[in-house]
Amino acid sequence: MSETDLASTQPPENPGRRRLLTWTTGVVGAVGAGLALWPFAASWKPSAKARLVGAPIEVNIGNLEKGQMMRVVWRGQTIGIMRRNERMLNDLPELNEKLADPQSEVETQQPEYAQNVHRSIKPEYLVANIHCTHLGCIPQMLPEVEAQPFDAEWRGGFFCPCHRSRFDLAGRVYEGVPAQLNLVIPPYHFVDDNTVMIGVGPEAEGAA
Amino acid sequence: MAKPASNLSKNAKAVGTWVDERLPVSKTLREHLTEYYAPKNFNLWYYFGSLALLVLVNQLVTGIWLTMFYTPHADLAFGSVEYIMRDVEWGWLIRYMHSTGASFFFIVVYLHMFRALLYGSYQKPRELIWILGVFILLVLMAEAFMGYVLPWGQMSYWGAQVIISLFGAVPVVGDLLVEWIRGDYMISNATLNRFFALHVVAMPLALLGLVVLHLVALHEVGSNNPDGIDIKKHKDTKGRPLDGIPFHPYYTVKDLFGAGVFLILFAFVLFYAPEMGGLFLEPDNFVPADPLVTPEHIVPVWYFTPYYAMLRAVPDKFFGVVVMGSAIFVLFFLPWLDRSKVRSMRYKGLPSKIMLALFVVGFIRLGMLALGEGTDLQTLESRIWTIYYFAFFALLPIVTKFEKTKPEPERVTK
Repeated sequence: MSETDLASTQPPENPGRRRLLTWTTGVVGAVGAGLALWPFAASWKPSAKARLVGAPIEVNIGNLEKGQMMRVVWRGQTIGIMRRNERMLNDLPELNEKLADPQSEVETQQPEYAQNVHRSIKPEYLVANIHCTHLGCIPQMLPEVEAQPFDAEWRGGFFCPCHRSRFDLAGRVYEGVPAQLNLVIPPYHFVDDNTVMIGVGPEAEGAA
Repeated sequence: MAKPASNLSKNAKAVGTWVDERLPVSKTLREHLTEYYAPKNFNLWYYFGSLALLVLVNQLVTGIWLTMFYTPHADLAFGSVEYIMRDVEWGWLIRYMHSTGASFFFIVVYLHMFRALLYGSYQKPRELIWILGVFILLVLMAEAFMGYVLPWGQMSYWGAQVIISLFGAVPVVGDLLVEWIRGDYMISNATLNRFFALHVVAMPLALLGLVVLHLVALHEVGSNNPDGIDIKKHKDTKGRPLDGIPFHPYYTVKDLFGAGVFLILFAFVLFYAPEMGGLFLEPDNFVPADPLVTPEHIVPVWYFTPYYAMLRAVPDKFFGVVVMGSAIFVLFFLPWLDRSKVRSMRYKGLPSKIMLALFVVGFIRLGMLALGEGTDLQTLESRIWTIYYFAFFALLPIVTKFEKTKPEPERVTK
């Protein structure tokens, strides 16, 4: 536009009215555009189908030998059920000073009934969501007492291949590794000596 | 016989004029090729821009063809990639062109960026070219990551698990954000489907748009050169820079030669080492995704390893992610961190040269360390180089302001 064009442009007769109209149109338009974005963003949330897959599962642990761990899937997460032997249980209090949260004080990581030395209902059986609390990989189980490249005095536990986080055999995280929180203990209870139900805690069973 | 030929050329000219009056074809060709004057002293480092364009075309064409045979479903994806490799005629070639092309894209882009560091190509007035370039790098990283997830092998699955979990480090909304990106309580078919859409449609569109902006910005201010001096200061009577030559035919021919050499190297890797001993395609990705078992040795593809080493060097989830993100983010500020009077490393002082050399060594070492076992010594070295990576940017304003520079020449040198 040349200078004369600019000069010939008339100022609006009522600038206040024009400003109000411009702003209200703009704001309403922006709100409308924002709302129109919502369906696109919301479509990324877990679908109704994904939300439905979450029922509790029953697992037979009758064949589990001492020192063994089995893996099951509950809500897409890998749950490890481990039967610990006496050596492993005796080691747990010894490790306290190497751990970030030895007394399991972070409440989100286990139900109340698993907030104890062995982090379980029955001392022998550990039931834990074994996804690393750092970035969700599944740690390797290295249960034996033997020197490891990352720890010469290794007493057995979980070692995450992704970022070298370490957990003991009660799922308690070591100090100075990327993960900050102990492995999550899911709600569970024993239906009988050989069966554990994952997804429902013992108090819910009593209520039912 | 001469008459019809001249009629033909007359008609062709008429069609040309007709089009030009409606679409600026000749004008665009003149402005960007035949009358776009580039400095005459370009060297080897100036091949990588046009090579990046060549690889982009390779990725687009092979990508379109792969889409014709690939099935984006958690139950079928792995099988469909094997189908491409074994049953589709020439499918193995198209797939390897795409996967090898991805690695070469990063090789070319990293060298292209090093050229900018070497000759100060990010300095005024080329700040926006650099910033657009960093955006291209970011989109490229997202594109490469999502592409790696599509074959749904073990590395696809667990790589996605780790990278998406990084968003969990965001305070307060982290967990919700992770769930939103995954579209499920774990990496699942929902994740695979959205990554497929983003990888084949959204990211390529963004990439093309950014590349166009990158080039338009470049042609607005003109190319830098190894001497880092302004060639527009000395012009002939017609206003053409004395040290400039038309891009076409001079640099089109040069770039074609570069493309030839590049394609020989590319073909060599493509035919003899398409997996590059596990660096380009990792062995674990030839195992179907298994949500119950994380592979023993999990590392990203080589082009992400320097950043991965930084993540691993920090013993805290939140700060690890912050450090890794900042390593890219800091690049945006480079044009304002360099306060040197000269652009090119040729005329900067010794401190600048040592700093850049160490930066390159550190970047490569970080990449190598990420592939290691993670012993205490390796962790220590990762930490040292991570600190240096940021120290490089922190020291840049001070060093470039106070160091003694050599005088720049008036005209470009050989």
